[in-house]
Amino acid sequence: MSKITDAFKNGKAFIAFVTGGDPSLKMTERLVVGIAEAGADIVEIGIPFSDPIAEGEVIQCANIRALKGGVSVEKIFSTVKNIRKKTAVPLVFLTYLNPVFRYGYEAFCQRCADVGVNGLIIPDMPYEEQGELKEIARANGVDLISLVSPTSEARVAEIAASADGFLYVVSSMGVTGARSEITTDLGKIIAAAHAASAVPAAVGFGISSAEQAATIATVADGVIVGSAIVKIVEAYGTKALAPVCEYVRALKGAIRGEE
Amino acid sequence: MTKGRFGSFGGQYIPETLMNEIIRLEAAYNFYKNDAAFQKELDDLFKNYAGRPSLLYYAEKMTKDLGGAKIFLKREDLNHTGSHKINNVLGQALLAKKLGKTRIIAETGAGQHGVATATAAALLGLSCEIFMGKEDTERQALNVYRMQLLGAKVHSVTSGTMTLKDAVNETMREWASRVYDTHYVLGTVMGPHPFPTIVRDFQSVISREARAQILELTGKLPKAVVACVGGGSNAMGMFYNFIPDKDVRLIGCEAAGLGVDTDKHAATITKGEVGVFHGMKSYFCQDEEGQIAPVYSISAGLDYPGIGPEHAYLHEIGRAEYVAVTDEQAVSAFEYIARTEGIIAAIESSHAIAHVRELAPALSPSDSIIVCVSGRGDKDVAAIARYKGVKLYE
Repeated sequence: MSKITDAFKNGKAFIAFVTGGDPSLKMTERLVVGIAEAGADIVEIGIPFSDPIAEGEVIQCANIRALKGGVSVEKIFSTVKNIRKKTAVPLVFLTYLNPVFRYGYEAFCQRCADVGVNGLIIPDMPYEEQGELKEIARANGVDLISLVSPTSEARVAEIAASADGFLYVVSSMGVTGARSEITTDLGKIIAAAHAASAVPAAVGFGISSAEQAATIATVADGVIVGSAIVKIVEAYGTKALAPVCEYVRALKGAIRGEE
Repeated sequence: MTKGRFGSFGGQYIPETLMNEIIRLEAAYNFYKNDAAFQKELDDLFKNYAGRPSLLYYAEKMTKDLGGAKIFLKREDLNHTGSHKINNVLGQALLAKKLGKTRIIAETGAGQHGVATATAAALLGLSCEIFMGKEDTERQALNVYRMQLLGAKVHSVTSGTMTLKDAVNETMREWASRVYDTHYVLGTVMGPHPFPTIVRDFQSVISREARAQILELTGKLPKAVVACVGGGSNAMGMFYNFIPDKDVRLIGCEAAGLGVDTDKHAATITKGEVGVFHGMKSYFCQDEEGQIAPVYSISAGLDYPGIGPEHAYLHEIGRAEYVAVTDEQAVSAFEYIARTEGIIAAIESSHAIAHVRELAPALSPSDSIIVCVSGRGDKDVAAIARYKGVKLYE
């Protein structure tokens, strides 16, 4: 079983996201290690892209900050290498297809395997287009993670059936970023996914409060939080480690019913 | 290979949230493109609203002055709203209505596509919102007001480089948040399948008419057809029905801005590399890291870092040629055609005219060239004055 799927074995999983290089790669290293120690079961690291079409303003701005700071794919790989010396937490890259395409699918997946990245989320590579990358990723022990959304309908079962690692259930229409209310019938989507596949289903997009996370954890196998963490990093910069870890502990506690 | 490919180019690289929507769009389009009633409705709009067929005008003075091939201008600038954009917009707006949509959204660079979309929305009773880079809203302030007069809401996009690519990003984000009642009227032959095919088909009326017109006027096919290329919709429309005519050269003119050896250009085929962005595999101006490069052209309509996938394919198989034309050459051509033919052509189209000035003298007087005047240049007058250092008072 993949290391990512394994992360769901001990109860509801909390998945945290940070943008690589925001505010610096040194800080990314400290944040990822700290987030893992604070109880996150999987950590996603965003490789910044100039035009992240699935992201809301918070993560768009983080991408711009990181790119201005001179982050590169190679530097992020080096950072992961350092992170791997300090934590065994499953790591997933979230990025857009072009940086991966330019690096070369084979070289990128090999490098992921070398430094210890376990999965890859690419929001602009839907199910139909995964073929050109999926087998290369699999051969390198990297899970190419599939997404389903409120508009997926009958596609949920089809996508879940061939999903690796976990199934990323997009909670709402639109882009990433905090929402006061999530109205999608997530139970229905997750039931369809579970009926088609043994791969766990985690929900992301728009989740920021402990209450939201706890509610979603009643139907999902895991909860993904990105923008809310990036917002703390934006506010506290190099002093973000403590407040981010405190937030992660609170959310993890909430989804495990340990408030 | 997956759906919507031109060789290895094209595809559907978009977020899952939009997938079912574009699958439905493809199915609807495949039905309506063969539906006689739909085609009749569209033909009627083309004829009685847009003013088609557009003229194929023999530019006799230009021909004599340049001393070579006969030059014919395909006058898309004479269409309602002043450019070829109306061809695609009427088709897609009609399709949106058939899909039961009540709202259309679109990106715009120079404002021509935004104006055309706002026009179709007004005519067909759809609500309309346009996304335009903040920098372009300033360069083309008059077009912003024009869209507002037509009842559209214009969003000034402040993300990224605040130009056309960012307007596309923002329109895609908006579409993903409201697909149920909204159709995205993509303005050019780019984006995920089926857009490159849909837009090309609606624009192919240009070469369908032009091919018949040139045969009637000269009795033979032209030596070359020439069009400017940003995303590439007027060029695709101008090329399409000539693709099987192997002896007809197809020439696309990209924006070289301050020069292809500077970092201020938008010459995607000349300087770009293969990548995946905005839903498609194609050529893009990008850095070694795969970050999309900021591009530049005096023409807001050509100021785009990518090119439609069918152009990438025509380039790859050698069926079409792509040349780069600088701001300076385009401005000079803008002035030239105004003075020789009394036509104020769009600065975008002036890129194609600039190339014709070089091409025509190299060909024989028994040959002919068709150049697509994709739009009128009224919108560019202020920018040209600025470029020339002429002060205008409004």
